[in-house]
Amino acid sequence: MQKLSFREKLKDTAVGVGDSLKGSAFWSSIFRPGSPFRKGYTDSPRNRSYVVMNNVLYHLHPVKVKRHGVRLSYTLCLGGLSFFLFIVLTITGIWLMFYFRPTGELAYVDIQALQTSVAFGSLVRNMHRWGAHLMVLVVFLHMSRVFYHGAYKAPREFNWVIGVILLFLTLFLSFTGYLLPWDQLAIWAVTVGGNMAGYTPVFGAQLKFILFAGLEATAATLLRFYVLHVLFFPFIIVIFMAIHFWRVRKDGGISGPL
Amino acid sequence: MVDIPEHLLLRSAEARAKALGISVEQALAEMKGETEPTVVSKEPEIEEAPAAEVKEEAPAAEVKEEAPAAEVKAPAKKVDSPEEVDFAPEVKVTQRLLTVVKAKPIQKSVSVPVDKVNTWPHLMLPEFIALMAMTAFLILISAILQAPLLEEANPNITPNPAKAPWYFLGLQEALSYWDPQIAGVMIPLVVGMIGFMAIPYVDRNPDNNPSKRKYAILMYTFFLAGAGTLTVIGVLFRGPGWNWTYPWIDGIWFDDLLDWVNFLGDGH
Repeated sequence: MQKLSFREKLKDTAVGVGDSLKGSAFWSSIFRPGSPFRKGYTDSPRNRSYVVMNNVLYHLHPVKVKRHGVRLSYTLCLGGLSFFLFIVLTITGIWLMFYFRPTGELAYVDIQALQTSVAFGSLVRNMHRWGAHLMVLVVFLHMSRVFYHGAYKAPREFNWVIGVILLFLTLFLSFTGYLLPWDQLAIWAVTVGGNMAGYTPVFGAQLKFILFAGLEATAATLLRFYVLHVLFFPFIIVIFMAIHFWRVRKDGGISGPL
Repeated sequence: MVDIPEHLLLRSAEARAKALGISVEQALAEMKGETEPTVVSKEPEIEEAPAAEVKEEAPAAEVKEEAPAAEVKAPAKKVDSPEEVDFAPEVKVTQRLLTVVKAKPIQKSVSVPVDKVNTWPHLMLPEFIALMAMTAFLILISAILQAPLLEEANPNITPNPAKAPWYFLGLQEALSYWDPQIAGVMIPLVVGMIGFMAIPYVDRNPDNNPSKRKYAILMYTFFLAGAGTLTVIGVLFRGPGWNWTYPWIDGIWFDDLLDWVNFLGDGH
């Protein structure tokens, strides 16, 4: 009998361990029937349905979708990418919160320290900032795509309204985050933006006062924007996103074909 | 010929004999093809409904199979005569046809067949690839381009120009033309928020084919071009004192893009 080389023996062991792990009750308890990660998965129409049906993603996707909708050129994945960027921003944002204290004395120092003495601090901060700009852009492009396809028409009228609310919430999230580095760029951009809100007729001065927590951008504004940025607006936008995604399904999935 | 069991043959011969008013033997002989089949030109009187059924079928079959021309005349004459147009002339009709209701389901089925594909793998795989590509792109630009961090915030030193985030720069540009109540409030609030939400309720054209909604597309493209132009002017063409500057001569006066400008080697 031919003697197995060490490499072959190692391969056999690895395959054996993998098989017994996939066959274990523990593994089967994680992956529900129909999961492609389960032992003995075969590609069949029945199993393709199970992959979605027995998956948490069933909350987002139906088992079958219109053929024209899966063409990349139809949606360019813009809605999905908006949601994905929100998730990326949440993850990087939570990470940034570990290193940031929103006070007039510490905010700027913390950002400096983040960039110079925290591992991957600069990269994560850049991802959060460019990702935020990208999200504004992608959400806007998503809206334009929906408009050009006439996808806001009955029965999808109200989902368009929710979409516009989501666009504005995205802008508010981005704008409140803009102040947090507490540098000259941040404070003066927010001053310009907040002054625009002050031009609102009738209650403009009051609105500006509430926004700035005073008459101009100060350390109190920093704390206010911080709370709005990390708690208030994410909370609101998640609720509206849930309704938005639910309505996409209820209104009959993707619109079209043209 | 197929062998027909004797008792079945006998039974049908009896029925035939009864129907045509002949003897069972004769009926049997006719069925076996031994003698000429009897054809009744005038159907006998009916006493009972069940008998009528048998009688009606028998001659009809007979006529079709081997109808000699002369014998067909009798039923044909019947149809011609106006008083016998009824569908069952011999039976006394006790009901009339009032109306014809077309066979239609009570519940209208609205589902039309749609060409669909399985979400897995035809949608989820491209989606996954798009997410991976986006992640790669984001990490790449984050590794190359540094987010700006200027000097610490100082309310006493106003930079010139002071610019809003890029998505508000179109508005800031509009503010330099019009009254702030119009440019700062009416445009974003009335046009931007309420106007956009109202689009599906204003545009009642049910078509979604671009060739059938040229006006809507024109309007949106016009808005897009206007907002885009104002934003680009605000970002690239405005310098100190909000005066017009050319980015290729005076540089870009927008600190958010500091590293992009430095990266391209054209900073001011």
